[in-house]
Amino acid sequence: MQLRFNLTLGAALVIAVLLGALTAGWIAPFDPVMDADLMSSELPPGGEYLLGTDGQGRDIWSRILYGARVSLAVGVISQIINSCIGTALGISAGYFGGWWDDLVNGLTNVMLAIPSLVFALAIMAVLGPGLASLLIALGLTNWSWTCRIARSSTLSLKSQGFVQAAKTAGFSDLNIMRTQILPNILGPVLVIGTLGIGTAILAEAALSFLGIGIKPPQPSWGNMLSDARELIRAAPWAAIFPGLAIFVTVLGFNLLGDGLRDRLDPHMRTRKA
Amino acid sequence: MTVAPLLEIRDLSVHFNLPRLTPFGMRRILHAVDGVDLSVKEGECLGIVGESGCGKSTTALTVMGLQEPSSGQILYRGQPLSGPGAPGRKERARIAQMVFQDPYASLNPRQTIGSTLLSQLALHGIARGSEASDRVADMLVRVGLSPDHAKRYPHEFSGGQRQRIGIARALMLDPEILVLDEPVSALDVSIQAQIINLLMDLQETLNLSYIMISHDLSVVEHVSDRVAVMYFGRVVELGHWHAIFSRPTHPYTRHLIGSVPNAEAVLGRSRGVPDPVAIPEGRRFAPDISVRPEAGASREASSLVEIGPDHFVRLADSISSPKAKR
Repeated sequence: MQLRFNLTLGAALVIAVLLGALTAGWIAPFDPVMDADLMSSELPPGGEYLLGTDGQGRDIWSRILYGARVSLAVGVISQIINSCIGTALGISAGYFGGWWDDLVNGLTNVMLAIPSLVFALAIMAVLGPGLASLLIALGLTNWSWTCRIARSSTLSLKSQGFVQAAKTAGFSDLNIMRTQILPNILGPVLVIGTLGIGTAILAEAALSFLGIGIKPPQPSWGNMLSDARELIRAAPWAAIFPGLAIFVTVLGFNLLGDGLRDRLDPHMRTRKA
Repeated sequence: MTVAPLLEIRDLSVHFNLPRLTPFGMRRILHAVDGVDLSVKEGECLGIVGESGCGKSTTALTVMGLQEPSSGQILYRGQPLSGPGAPGRKERARIAQMVFQDPYASLNPRQTIGSTLLSQLALHGIARGSEASDRVADMLVRVGLSPDHAKRYPHEFSGGQRQRIGIARALMLDPEILVLDEPVSALDVSIQAQIINLLMDLQETLNLSYIMISHDLSVVEHVSDRVAVMYFGRVVELGHWHAIFSRPTHPYTRHLIGSVPNAEAVLGRSRGVPDPVAIPEGRRFAPDISVRPEAGASREASSLVEIGPDHFVRLADSISSPKAKR
């Protein structure tokens, strides 16, 4: 019951956000950028504007729908890049050991020592603002936890009989890493990944706030929040609803990850059957 | 000129470098295996006994290619199985396979039994499609399981059943040598007998050669043709199982056989586990005070000496009478 609940609610939230992002062009009542009207600025929720308007009189509901595109793209894609880098480095380091392990470990420690946001900031400064630069900057700076988890899980799996047996059966190292080790560490990697999507969405917000993420007229939940910062007393809804959107999305991904992890565990699979 | 034995281990040593205790401390080396000579004939079961840390498992891993030897050679029918001329992993897989000690850790929890077994056949191009599934079903029946067990995951089996699966996996590629690393020590006593009987049946029908590693003397006595007793990385006594068990000569062998019912009662005190890093020079068998080793004999001085037909014992630290001095 618990298992289905997590998976169902998580999937429902993520699908809702995904649908919102995909159909923003049809269901948004206003244009998120062009329909600015200072006459109707800072209107409270209700009436013509479902969630109220911001300081420039733009419809918050429409901007949230369009902002979901940015947040989802940045969160999911950059985290996929992170997970791939972290898993590949972690598994190979744990499996092969030796100088490669030392190198990857050193690199991981350096990455953990540098605040990843500051590192992303530096990359953004070089590449310039925009969605593609955001994906690269956030995709290259947050893989260290995945790498750590993948490496330590691999270390404990490596000495187990089934990995040794695969070696004695003649399977290549690459094959063993793919078929014996990867499926057994997917659970923790997936959970770290879903948490990372939340982190990436927040990092995008922070970078947009600093003016080097998504350029201001284009809506993203991050720059909506930072725009609303000055209006927090006069028009709190301008901050609350983008914040709520981030909260719901991150929650959805976390529940989904939890549910998927349980689902991927064969113990669970047969207990239900 | 005799035919080369099926498997020959020549002067095998495996050393591990340990971290220094202090930055400027002594370099510490663990001599896990220290000059071991053994051979296995076709259809024979060689038992290796000894206590934890004596190097018996390391010897097995080296035979399997899972551990590189520091020096020495392993030969299969006269051809090198270790070192530069060694065959690749795939070739080696057809020669020797291994049954692991822990039946719970030796099967991939995310693969069905069938796919674990099938993937081996596919990798080596032995059989495909329905022929491969037939082979898997045959093998499962052969080890005492049923063909529809192939669809199940490892956690659905008991320890004894898993060990049967471990044996099936080891036999899938038709190897000549099976290394059994404590194959029954993780199982219930009632199941142990079943697995031992299965292994003996298989040895006979498939003409397999076994290297059986165990600390359980009754198992070794039951299965082995010849027995090697290892102590601190070296073979201290080697012979036909009957000779070893009826006329144990090396004090450590006597100690092992004497300690089967209750070690502490025999010795009158607890021995504790010896530290293989700090072996006192010339006192290879020091921790046991009930046996007097030959003090002052260096490593070179000790060697295996034949004391009966095919019955060898390590001399320098074996006989406590003054006559035996070299």
